[in-house]
Amino acid sequence: MTLPLGDLVAIIPELIVATVACLVLVLDPITPPSRTHWLAWLSVASLVACFGITVSRMDATVTAFSDLMILDPYAGYWKLLLYVVTALTILLSLAYLRVERIHLGEYYGLILLSLAGMMIMVSAADLLVIYLGTELMSLSLYVLAGFKRFEVRSLEASAKYFVLGSFSSGILLYGISLLFGVAGSTRLSAIAAAVGTHGLDDPALLFAMILLVVGFGFKIAVVPFHMWTPDVYEGSPTSVTAFMAVASKAASFAAFLRVFLEGLGGLREKWYALFLVICVATLILGNVVAIVQTNIKRMLAYSSIAHAGYALIGVVVAGQAAADNETRALGLSSVMLYLAMYAFMTFGAFAVVALLRKGGLEGEEIEDFTGLAKRQPLAALLMLVFMVSLAGIPPTAGFIGKLYVFMAAVNAGLTWLAVVAVLLTAVSAYYYLRVVMVMYMREPDPSAGLVSRLTTSPALTLVLASAFAGVILLGLFPDPLVSITTSAVLPFK
Amino acid sequence: MVPLSAYVAVSAVLFVTGLIGVLIRRNFIIVLMAIEIMLNAANVNLVAFSHYLESMTGQIVALFVIAIAAGEAAVGLAIIIVVFRGKISTNVDEINLLKW
Amino acid sequence: MVPVFFSYFSLVSILAGVLTVALPNPVHCGLALLTLLLHVAGLFLLLNAEFLFVIQIIVYAGAIVVLYLFVLMLLNLKTDERVLHHRYAVILVAAAAICGGLLLMALRSPFQGAKGHAPVEAVLQDGGSYAIGITIFNEYLLQFEIVGVFLLGAIIGAIVLAKTPTAVDVEPE
Repeated sequence: MTLPLGDLVAIIPELIVATVACLVLVLDPITPPSRTHWLAWLSVASLVACFGITVSRMDATVTAFSDLMILDPYAGYWKLLLYVVTALTILLSLAYLRVERIHLGEYYGLILLSLAGMMIMVSAADLLVIYLGTELMSLSLYVLAGFKRFEVRSLEASAKYFVLGSFSSGILLYGISLLFGVAGSTRLSAIAAAVGTHGLDDPALLFAMILLVVGFGFKIAVVPFHMWTPDVYEGSPTSVTAFMAVASKAASFAAFLRVFLEGLGGLREKWYALFLVICVATLILGNVVAIVQTNIKRMLAYSSIAHAGYALIGVVVAGQAAADNETRALGLSSVMLYLAMYAFMTFGAFAVVALLRKGGLEGEEIEDFTGLAKRQPLAALLMLVFMVSLAGIPPTAGFIGKLYVFMAAVNAGLTWLAVVAVLLTAVSAYYYLRVVMVMYMREPDPSAGLVSRLTTSPALTLVLASAFAGVILLGLFPDPLVSITTSAVLPFK
Repeated sequence: MVPLSAYVAVSAVLFVTGLIGVLIRRNFIIVLMAIEIMLNAANVNLVAFSHYLESMTGQIVALFVIAIAAGEAAVGLAIIIVVFRGKISTNVDEINLLKW
Repeated sequence: MVPVFFSYFSLVSILAGVLTVALPNPVHCGLALLTLLLHVAGLFLLLNAEFLFVIQIIVYAGAIVVLYLFVLMLLNLKTDERVLHHRYAVILVAAAAICGGLLLMALRSPFQGAKGHAPVEAVLQDGGSYAIGITIFNEYLLQFEIVGVFLLGAIIGAIVLAKTPTAVDVEPE
């Protein structure tokens, strides 16, 4: 046995992230509590290094560990997105954890371990590796969700996330075991070959496909597998919620698309209808239930469910059996584009919620935002931008993301789906703009006495500025990102 | 000679047993046990396929699944202990679980 | 002899599985789970997976179930008053349907995946553990490393959660 040096070189970013995670965990006990933020900066530095390495390798397609890992532009794109989101999470946590008095070094180690799992998921070409990556990601998130250990709500969130997360992994695993029986291997390429030879009559393939849909459905939180989302998002520390809502959803989407397009591409006719139903149900339920929420984190949770529905429109287009490869590639690239836009605006919204927590008020009920424009004009302006973007109003990123998804749907002949989605976008404007109305149209309640001045830190400013810049710049100049996503789509056979 | 489908049938029954357990029980620890049953069902499948397809892969995947189950059990039980220390309950309904 | 053992192991493991999810007392459930795991280990033995048989008994039955029983006794759980979820009837019907579908699938599907390179005779020549060892450190090195990182995360996570919670006050930057 020789150490596969070339393979190790190929996965250097994963190695860096895992090593720095271990380093943070080792350094934590010998770092004085007042210096814990050094660990955060160390983590961010490693992410910057990984970003550089991944960018430099964007154009090449390399396989490592005898095709277990595939480092193509598709994986590279998702990894870049994940680095950005993770770096923003760490910077946000720097300020937020201190206020919540849970500033422990292990936090950064777990975030990096979770990121390592996500990176493995997005570039794995083998179901076992995807399963292991998912487990690594989820396990760290279960712990992070319960990080406010003296708060019942956070522990409840952790318990609920754990039960439903491991339940869904169990279902996923059973599906993988059936696919192994059908294909004799867990490689996506072998599964695609088995789908080709056994065709559509093998009932085991269909069952395995359904089990995979359920397993991934839990991870990306689509109806009817969404029920954990609001409670978990509400109870978890806000910085962790932002990370879950954006990074884990993006990584799960990436792995899910690769499995269904590369491994089970031959079963398109079967899963297309299934996804269409799930997509419409997700859009309707997410947008309608969000209206009645009074807690902003719960509202954003339902909003994230609804956004998964919009992204699924692109998946449906990519899976259309009748469409040609160009149309389907457009669907896939619209999903990639949409999730990048979604990442910035959702992260920004959660960052503002976390920022207000810092101001001494709870900042989680929508009522807490009453008259925010008078008290904190800057925070209110940022929230306004993020809400407008989430509602999909130009000139923000949210508009461009929706535009591309709807265009892909119309292009594929799914005009009715695009119309339904546009109508539900109008519904969504109601609950997003209600937050804006509460902030701008109402006078602050003097009796509440929640005026305390926001103490910003450089890290927090950087987070908010990046999210704001992302939302506005991607809204005004989407072309560079569009060309990146178009060139990074999976090859359609 | 026992046919492969017999093993798959046993595994399917075990899987559904675990599935039912997760959905109908309220006790957190028993829910975790039901998840263990689901993982074992997958393992029976994997090892049976491994035998009949003459490949080591299934056995090795099963080995990794056991490791994953151990890790999950450790974290899950840690969560239960903390929740219980917070004087809540191990009853899943009381921690707002399964309320959808 | 093999069909006899197969019937015994599979029937007892199914029965133990049903008892695990049906018994009211959590400790009894733990013991039923133990029975299930031991009989599944028996199935592994019938399938020439001796290494997994040992691992199943040592790690699963020996370590994981003991951990469960330890936590159950530490928490000193009494029998739940309301054992079942209120919608259990619906769930049972749905589950029975899934079970029927799965069984039908198990009997109808050919499961003719590509054959591997490890026929029973070749594996028995050097022993199952040898074959597993060679394969795991050649073809499955990456997965092995990922599991290593996963277990590290599990240990750290369990410690972080179980530490006595104290609020950490930090000086501003």
